[in-house]
Amino acid sequence: MREIASFIALNRFGLGAAPGDEAHVAGDPRGWLQAQITPDPRYPLVYARRRSSADILHAIFSARQEGAEARAAAIRRAFRREYNPAMVARLRLMIASDTPFVDRMTLFWSNHFTLSTTRRVSAPAIPAYEREAIRPHIFGRFSDMLRAVISHPCMLIYLDNVASAGPNSPVGRRQIRRRGTAQTLNENLAREVLELHTLGVTGGYTQADIIALAKALSGWGHGGMDADEGETEGHGGFAFLPRYHEPGAKTVLGRRYEEAGVAEGMAILDDLARHPATAQHIATKLVRHFVADDPPAAAVAQIATVFRDSDGDLGAVSRALINLDAAWVDPLAKVKSPIDYVLSVHRASERIRATRADLFVPLQALGQLPFSAPSPQGWGDTAADWIAPESLMRRIEWARGFAATLPATRHPEPFLEAVIGPVASAETRTWVRRAPSHDAALALIFASPEFQRR
Amino acid sequence: MLNRRIFLQLSGAGVIAALHRSGAVFAQTQGEKRFVFIFLRGGLDGLHALAPYADAEYRRLRPTLALAGDQVVGLDGYFGLNAALSGLMPLYQAGELALIPAAATRYRERSHFDGQNMLENGSGRPFGARDGWLNRAILGLNGGDRRLGLALGPSVPLLMQGVAGIRTFAVSPLPEVDDDFLFRMGQLYQNDPLFAQAFSAAQAAVQPATALTMMERPLAQRDFAISAQVAAELLAAPEGPRIAAMEMQGWDTHHMQQGRLNALLAELAQGIVDLRHGLGAAWGDTVVMVASEFGRTAAENGSRGTDHGTGGLVMLAGGAVAGGQILGEWPGLSARALYEARDVAPLNTCESLFKAILTQHLGLAEGFVEDSVFSDSRGTAPIEGAIRS
Repeated sequence: MREIASFIALNRFGLGAAPGDEAHVAGDPRGWLQAQITPDPRYPLVYARRRSSADILHAIFSARQEGAEARAAAIRRAFRREYNPAMVARLRLMIASDTPFVDRMTLFWSNHFTLSTTRRVSAPAIPAYEREAIRPHIFGRFSDMLRAVISHPCMLIYLDNVASAGPNSPVGRRQIRRRGTAQTLNENLAREVLELHTLGVTGGYTQADIIALAKALSGWGHGGMDADEGETEGHGGFAFLPRYHEPGAKTVLGRRYEEAGVAEGMAILDDLARHPATAQHIATKLVRHFVADDPPAAAVAQIATVFRDSDGDLGAVSRALINLDAAWVDPLAKVKSPIDYVLSVHRASERIRATRADLFVPLQALGQLPFSAPSPQGWGDTAADWIAPESLMRRIEWARGFAATLPATRHPEPFLEAVIGPVASAETRTWVRRAPSHDAALALIFASPEFQRR
Repeated sequence: MLNRRIFLQLSGAGVIAALHRSGAVFAQTQGEKRFVFIFLRGGLDGLHALAPYADAEYRRLRPTLALAGDQVVGLDGYFGLNAALSGLMPLYQAGELALIPAAATRYRERSHFDGQNMLENGSGRPFGARDGWLNRAILGLNGGDRRLGLALGPSVPLLMQGVAGIRTFAVSPLPEVDDDFLFRMGQLYQNDPLFAQAFSAAQAAVQPATALTMMERPLAQRDFAISAQVAAELLAAPEGPRIAAMEMQGWDTHHMQQGRLNALLAELAQGIVDLRHGLGAAWGDTVVMVASEFGRTAAENGSRGTDHGTGGLVMLAGGAVAGGQILGEWPGLSARALYEARDVAPLNTCESLFKAILTQHLGLAEGFVEDSVFSDSRGTAPIEGAIRS
């Protein structure tokens, strides 16, 4: 690799350089990235043929009626048959991907709308959630992604909306009567929609807005709820349950929404997607992700403007990100997250048949097992989140062990040129040249600051 | 095989070798007072830990979650300690455990991230400072030179981040690499300050001994249990750290909270008991504080859990605590007493407890605390009667 721009395209916007990648990138790195922006970037068929989240969840919901043990067994089975193979397939596709910008955007939005496997019931369907609600929209409309995510059973379960009933809904009234509880709503989803998914914590909403949104979203659930009472048909997809829904008009951010069942929540989500605070919040996160830990205000403003003017067209926003001059200045401004790092080591090594243990062990050790972020906020996105004495030591240890498994067919110096050539410092070159063995040299390359940055 | 390391987190050049120097250098300078902060992230449901089980309002607010008389250890006929915390009763009886209900920081919104950030940065507002108040307090103890601070866990919490150098401890599942390779890595990192600093801090690792005995415990309990035992071992050492920050996740119980919460409470109690055991004689000079970013709703929600609230529970344990009592004011749970008609009213401020610990226990000057640790806190006086004089 010769050009710094190639390094930036492949690392800042991609998942690192595989030998030979430069041939596709050199000369027109921005064009190479722009060409990856297509309206509906689906996964390859081999992956898309996996079962839908509705199927996976239906099997779990059905088992629930046979008791807790049957349900636990169904969840374990679904992990084995669905989650694990789908997650390994997804990571392998990213290792071999020829559209790594698409994968980076998928990872970005999956983190923005994070889910966690700690909520066991819905965990096996998480790869399907990403396939159904995130990936089809990464270059589409933000409002479409928001609708798809917030109405997805995995999100409704993760953020407890399935346990929320309007206080004046039939189910809410029954709860108040039977349990004497005054609190039937669960505000969790509504709060995170406002704080994390759209406006941001400084976006100017109040506790009253949270409650109103929670009321509007009450009744958003899935086809496994109340199936045993014959109230629903029994399936694993989204269902609107009027018996849980708070009747009447709701006012969110000063705007009144008449009672309209599921349409009322959708209308609020559309307005939230269009809100200037959302544009600012999303632009800040994107610029932090692709430019610098402290996102430059001018670049944020530029992206926010595109977001607003295009009505949340994420294709246009992605093109604008690629065209930010600030993104092409400092090639080593950002540190790779553990997922970026582990995938890029595999890409550079052409280790495309990685096993679950090959990937999950380092990701867990480095602190970023997929879909296990400690809170609905998702993973942090700055150097301080990932490089501390302990975590750096673990990267070194893993890199050293990984390099020892590589066949001794690669000469370290051309390999260095191919993956970090344009940014490699004199020290890195010197110490790689002086390495006592072939695999020690490769480990030095993987553990070098240049390889760990993007 | 797991390996375990203690790291010295660097704050500047030339401060690496603290642990390798002779203990004599530190004998007069480390001080005897110890402070351990245990951060329960997610928002502890105080009413489930210290239950006003004799209060009819409590039963009304929590028709399915209220603890009955046989699920608590009665303390004063009104409050009872959740039986899952019964491991702490010997401390309470020995006057080494004080409980402060209706406690909260000055934060009055209900976002985890803002709430945690505000508790940790100590400025009085979310993101009001880029370092942690405990780190700033350490600067007042020794100018930050002797790494009195210890952070246990996979990352350093904001509470402990800052100018003062600290030590960190975490459990690693990867094999160690040989010294020759590490030497080469160090050379290669020289010109990248971020990597160079993290690496030299990592190089100063030492091994605590007691962690080895922990490997037989169930996985779920291991990290906190190991942290507690390691913290005790290091804090007890003559040249060891004096101020430790630990944390537990999983307290955000919106849904079916009883089983999960009882398991967490038992794990927490065991950790505190482990600290007491490991600290030995030093327990007499120790204050352990347990707190969350906020409490939870007084009423249960529709899914047998509780939502983000305000007033919660703080616990103080240790031989230096004036324990065996329930401290602070208690607003009651009547509809009129609830904050915003939903939460336990926050009558007792965490900052007044923090200030009491820093001034009355660690001996920092009140002026220093108000200028440098908790700016904007002059209106909040240190609570009296919590620390043994």
